[in-house]
Amino acid sequence: MTTIEVRDVHQQFETFEALKGIDLTLNEKRIGIVGSNGSGKSTFARLLNGLLVPTRGEVLVDGLDTAKNGKAVRRKVGFVFQNPDNQIVFPIVEEDVAFGLKGLKLPAAQRDALVEEVLDRYGLGAFRYHPSHALSGGQKQLLALAGVLVTRPDCIVFDEPTTLLDLRNARKVSRVISELEETVIIVTHDLKLLENFERVIVFDQGKVIADDEPSRALSHYVERMQ
Amino acid sequence: MQGQQSSTRDIVYIALFAGLTAALSLFPPITIPAIGVPISAQSLGPMLAGSILGARRGGLALLLFVGLVAVGLPLLSGGRGGLGVFFGPSGGYIIGWVVAAYVIGLLHEWGWRRLNVVSSFIYCVIGAIIVLYAIGITWTSFVVDLSLLKTAMASSLFVIGDVIKAGVAAAIAVSVKRSYPIIQKTAVA
Amino acid sequence: MTRPRDPFASTLIHRLPAGLKLGVLAVAGTGVLYLDDWRLIALAMVVTLALYRFAGLSMRQAYLQLKPMQWILALLFVAQGFMLSWGMAAAIVLRVAALVLLAMLVTLTTRTDALIAAVERALGPLRRFGVNPAKVGLAFSLALRFIPVIGAQAQEIRDAQRARGLGANPIALALPLVLRTLRMASDVADAIEARSPYDDDELPPRFVEKAKSTQSRTTCKDNKAPLETSST
Ligand SMILES: Nc1ncnc2c1ncn2[C@@H]1O[C@H](COP(=O)(O)OP(=O)(O)OP(=O)(O)O)[C@@H](O)[C@H]1O
Ligand SMILES: [Mg+2]
Repeated sequence: MTTIEVRDVHQQFETFEALKGIDLTLNEKRIGIVGSNGSGKSTFARLLNGLLVPTRGEVLVDGLDTAKNGKAVRRKVGFVFQNPDNQIVFPIVEEDVAFGLKGLKLPAAQRDALVEEVLDRYGLGAFRYHPSHALSGGQKQLLALAGVLVTRPDCIVFDEPTTLLDLRNARKVSRVISELEETVIIVTHDLKLLENFERVIVFDQGKVIADDEPSRALSHYVERMQ
Repeated sequence: MQGQQSSTRDIVYIALFAGLTAALSLFPPITIPAIGVPISAQSLGPMLAGSILGARRGGLALLLFVGLVAVGLPLLSGGRGGLGVFFGPSGGYIIGWVVAAYVIGLLHEWGWRRLNVVSSFIYCVIGAIIVLYAIGITWTSFVVDLSLLKTAMASSLFVIGDVIKAGVAAAIAVSVKRSYPIIQKTAVA
Repeated sequence: MTRPRDPFASTLIHRLPAGLKLGVLAVAGTGVLYLDDWRLIALAMVVTLALYRFAGLSMRQAYLQLKPMQWILALLFVAQGFMLSWGMAAAIVLRVAALVLLAMLVTLTTRTDALIAAVERALGPLRRFGVNPAKVGLAFSLALRFIPVIGAQAQEIRDAQRARGLGANPIALALPLVLRTLRMASDVADAIEARSPYDDDELPPRFVEKAKSTQSRTTCKDNKAPLETSST
């Protein structure tokens, strides 16, 4: 179980302050993050695995400072981006999944077994040698997820994983996410995705304006938006 | 000496500008009414790579593009590719793109602070016309046993198209400089 | 990395190592380039075409390799014919054709990934000069991955601009494509960073343990690990 502590985090982009003092401890298994466009959700998400380092304050993952232990933090916290097309970096499906294992000097047989296992788990086994470009949108998002899961993080941060998908694929991907054993932190505009979550955090203009169990947090959010 | 090492971000820029050069072949050719020679948008690739990424990354982007063509991908306009194109009469221009991108990149780095459409245009003309044609013409005249002068005269048909493309590249480079100043961030160190 | 369906194992020429073929091409191509005697040029052409046959390729396939440059070759023939002699013009055109065919033979009989691997290997000795073959390999892979993505965007932009009546304006076509490519580059670089949690030469014990447990999980099917159940 991963604990992420966010302490008095400010994020400054040139003259614009995208996050204005965030203090949170994240240790639930299912956490949702909602808020209007530009409220700072993606910025916050990118802080959680050290893709972005806060301009003030600190982010600790199981006590590791993301500013100093980037790689170690990324082993614990995986990240799935909104657009799988930009996250899939190899032309062949299996090469892409194996990319996360690069650097580990695993024997080829073991590496292949890991790749095969994770592809089979998401129904991509048949596409193992296919060009990744030829997959459907839903399959691409599953491949992006497979590429992250193969490195076995404890926690996965999703930034709007279903926004670019049609209804059917969005449902499929949300089901896969809900069945994950790993801790899930998910930024989304799809409130249905958060139904069985333990905690929902609402962002507005770079601040947390609600942090509660889903129904209360969401009703607060919906009220605010009207 | 770290400056000589490419970071992951550099490699991504290099790879994507190789991809961009390939994608440019999908745009409709620019046709110049006066001479009727259709001119592919593809040679914008070396101009854009050099003027936006700088010498090193721009040159490597085109080197990668040339490598992809060499291993057989049909990335040149008209779907041409493979080792054969290098041995054909216009092989020198394709290799020359690497040098052109590098030279254009050098000039843009040098004139970066006061870059405007005119200076960018001049840099593109130096790299993508003067330098590139020197390489291309030499190769053509060698392969087809034609004198340099006669080859140069035949090649001059294409200069107008490349002048237009240099203008297009300059407009884009200056506009991109405002939103994504990549050269300034890293190359001037 | 073996792939299903392998048309590249059919003939001896197909099966020759990519590096060897590239080496032979470099030497033979340079040789042909220096041939002046039309009889030797004709011989080179005959040998090249024989190699096509030997590789199970038809004469039509050979012709298709030359088709994209047929107009340049025709123009060249006419120009040289008037300036030199028709015999010499024919020899020169034949020489260019033989060179192009020889080079295309390597392309037609060698897999792209084998050629890329050969390039990577050939770069090995350049390590001393700061060339990192692994990075070259990554660049090739990334380009192969993103060429179709950028190509699709180019089509999209082209269609959109045509709908707006800007279909022939090169700036309206290329500027959005450049901007999208740059934005994509920063996303892709982030993704690579997020997806590379292991430094080279690293073997964290945590991972090995988990990897082992994966294998045992795949062998005992009755294990109700949550990961397994999600596959249904
Ligand atoms: N790299 C950056 N440089 C400058 N400004 C940035 C940068 N990244 C984000 N911002 C700004 O910070 C603010 C918050 O952006 P962020 O992407 O976190 O919003 P978001 O809540 O994810 O919005 P959306 O729902 O649209 O995805 C925005 O105003 C954005 O313009
Ligand atoms: Mg966002």
